[in-house]
Amino acid sequence: MLRILLNALRTGVVTTRYPAEPSVPPERFRGAPVLRPGSALPPPAVCPTGALSERLEAGGRRVGLDLARCVFCGRCAEDPWAGAIAMGRDFELAARTRSDLRIEVVADDAAIPTAQPARDPDAEAARASSEIRRVLGRSLHLRHLDAGSCNACDWELAALLNPVYDVRRLGIDFVASPRHADGVAVTGPVTRNLETAVRRTVEAIPDPRIVIAVGACAASGGIVGEGYASAGGVDKVLPVDVYIPGCPPRPEAVIFGILVALGRLDARRLPPTG
Amino acid sequence: MGSCGAPRRSSLADSALIDALRARALGAVHAQSGPRPPDLTLRLARTGDLPAAAAELIAGHSMALATVVATDETATPDGDPGDLKVRYIFEPIAAGAQDRFVTLLISVDAARPEVPSLTTAIPAANWHEREMRDLFGIVPAGHPDPRTLVVHDGWPRGVFALRKDFDGSRRVPVEPAEEFPHLVAEGEGVFEIPVGPIHAGIIEPGHFRFSSVGETVLHLDARLFYTHRGLEKRMEGLSPLDAFYVAERICGVCSFAHGLGYCEALEQIAGVDAPPRARLIRGIALELERLYNHVGDIGNICAGASFHYGTATGARMKERLQQMNERLAGNRFLRGLVVPGGARLDLSQELLGELTATLKDTLAGLDSLMGRIEANPSVVDRFDDTGVLRHQAAVDLAVTGVAARASGVDRDARRDHPHAAFALPQPPQLHVATASDGDVMARVKVRALEARESIRLVGEFVRRLEPGPLRVALAEPLPGGRIGLSAIESARGEAVHWLRTDAHGRVERYHLRSPSYHNWPAVALAAETAIVPDFPLVNKSFELCYSCTDR
Repeated sequence: MLRILLNALRTGVVTTRYPAEPSVPPERFRGAPVLRPGSALPPPAVCPTGALSERLEAGGRRVGLDLARCVFCGRCAEDPWAGAIAMGRDFELAARTRSDLRIEVVADDAAIPTAQPARDPDAEAARASSEIRRVLGRSLHLRHLDAGSCNACDWELAALLNPVYDVRRLGIDFVASPRHADGVAVTGPVTRNLETAVRRTVEAIPDPRIVIAVGACAASGGIVGEGYASAGGVDKVLPVDVYIPGCPPRPEAVIFGILVALGRLDARRLPPTG
Repeated sequence: MGSCGAPRRSSLADSALIDALRARALGAVHAQSGPRPPDLTLRLARTGDLPAAAAELIAGHSMALATVVATDETATPDGDPGDLKVRYIFEPIAAGAQDRFVTLLISVDAARPEVPSLTTAIPAANWHEREMRDLFGIVPAGHPDPRTLVVHDGWPRGVFALRKDFDGSRRVPVEPAEEFPHLVAEGEGVFEIPVGPIHAGIIEPGHFRFSSVGETVLHLDARLFYTHRGLEKRMEGLSPLDAFYVAERICGVCSFAHGLGYCEALEQIAGVDAPPRARLIRGIALELERLYNHVGDIGNICAGASFHYGTATGARMKERLQQMNERLAGNRFLRGLVVPGGARLDLSQELLGELTATLKDTLAGLDSLMGRIEANPSVVDRFDDTGVLRHQAAVDLAVTGVAARASGVDRDARRDHPHAAFALPQPPQLHVATASDGDVMARVKVRALEARESIRLVGEFVRRLEPGPLRVALAEPLPGGRIGLSAIESARGEAVHWLRTDAHGRVERYHLRSPSYHNWPAVALAAETAIVPDFPLVNKSFELCYSCTDR
């Protein structure tokens, strides 16, 4: 027992200060891809999940990127497209709507980014979370709901409870029963074999409740997509309040998303372009 | 059928094996080498010869069932009657036996898709046969369990997802269904305890139906495949280079091992070898994946015994290792490090220095944690004699990895099917840790020994790194009609990857037999030696994935 106490004292405090202090991911970390307007952007087929798209408008090729679908593999930023797309280190990507996660730039010839849809993220955040904020008092108890994940997102949610992230310091906790929860953190694309369990778990949570789609599969179907065994994302089955991109999102990215859901942090504003 | 490498003259051992099978078979047996040069494929002209041939391999040649792969080869006819084929793939079970797989190949008439079941003689065939019945409509005649496995309630009858005429991109309506018939014990005082699929903790989904008397577990019926995502179907028709990104994401905590296994199978098809530096980097990452899993698992097993110091310590050490993964690979699960043909990222001297320091601290932390566990009588009492898996059960079920080695099965794919850095001309000496008790404590101790061995191996691989190319290019289209077969020792045991390209060099069929697939039935057996409150402890001591079982 004494040895355990001594070890604990010797280890000291290992807990991160995020989000009070920023978290800087390592150099190789693959965050949101940065598309350089006016460059030789890759064709959509390069992307294994269909996150890249293109359309022709007024003779110009416009390339779109859906961060909800992106699995951050970095393939679109490899040769020969390394000059057109770079993997950025931005990981605070959570958004309240799928359209907030779409980026579009003009490829090849023009040097100007296309206009982004006009919106007021703060007003949206205020609208969506005022009720939640009033009822839940800025503390959030979540139920984890695996809807067919590969377990990477699950392990990152579990990591939130380790001594390094320790999300209880932020008033966030994971509970055993949906009846004790204020919301769910859903991982996975919602498989056919889990669809009933997903619906029934969410229905068991008292209103108002928050639904957070954690990771590419939950946010969009991700690498799984839609098929005989997969619905292709949580919002095909239930309304989603916050989408957290990533494959998987690193723990700080999940913390960011949960705080966005609570209205304690603003969702990311406009996606970065070159 | 496709084969890789030049035709090889049969060795003496091969001809003895072929002769023995011919003596047991009533129909013709066509032998050829492949898919890999040391392997043998035996085509049985008569489906009815399968049980005798399989029995000969198991009893007469000390082999175990490695995997079963069904295929629908409608699109690539090879002149054989019947478009459905089943390959039963066996491997030797003796420690350090020759690296080889023996495939028994049978053709199945699509109009009457029936094969003799092997399950009563070879328990490890159980789930494989139920899976082929669900996904191909191939009926294992005489199988003792008529229930579905992969498809759940409301799946339409007569629809088979892995047949080529089935469009996997559409959702299938859920039909009215009766309640799933769980296998339960009945009698006075017997309780049924249903648990899951949604569990109380942050874990994957599965349903466990306990039959218990008081605290004692009489029987456990586990129902899995809730996370079946149709990933094997998803990969069909893709360029093998695109399908890689799916393979790397079948499982989170096995991301590297599964990505590697897919790449090694694909490299056989392409006829290329990853360069030495890439093999060493693959070896480093493979051991780092094992290490962060084993360290985290030892911590989580402590949670099963309410030893929270151990849980927190394991979680903290695992977190540090995953942060190291992120520095090396840009991803905490090592995604993006391996690619077909080699490695995607190099390891700089600076990163290797950080890695060495991290591993030094991890070794000290692990030794300290194991010391605290072994010095704590209440923890030892919970671990000892709990969740016993007997040696013979481990052999019968073809259990693999830590679970097998803790029950005295001396098998490790790093030695027995060399891959990554273990397939270099001068492979490292691998110390395979085993124990004989088969209980939770044995599995904890084997994990600790393996974690230390992983740290030593990473050090050796880092020292052996020499400048050189990182990857070789794979030209598209890839060769058509070829098979790649690889076996990787992941943190959970041997994973067997089987990949076949179609006439255009695209993925015709990919199959992953994950270690968890063979180990889950062993969890149910081990649980039956325990009490209900110990189930989480027993389960965590196996630490199996649902996602790479369910795919």
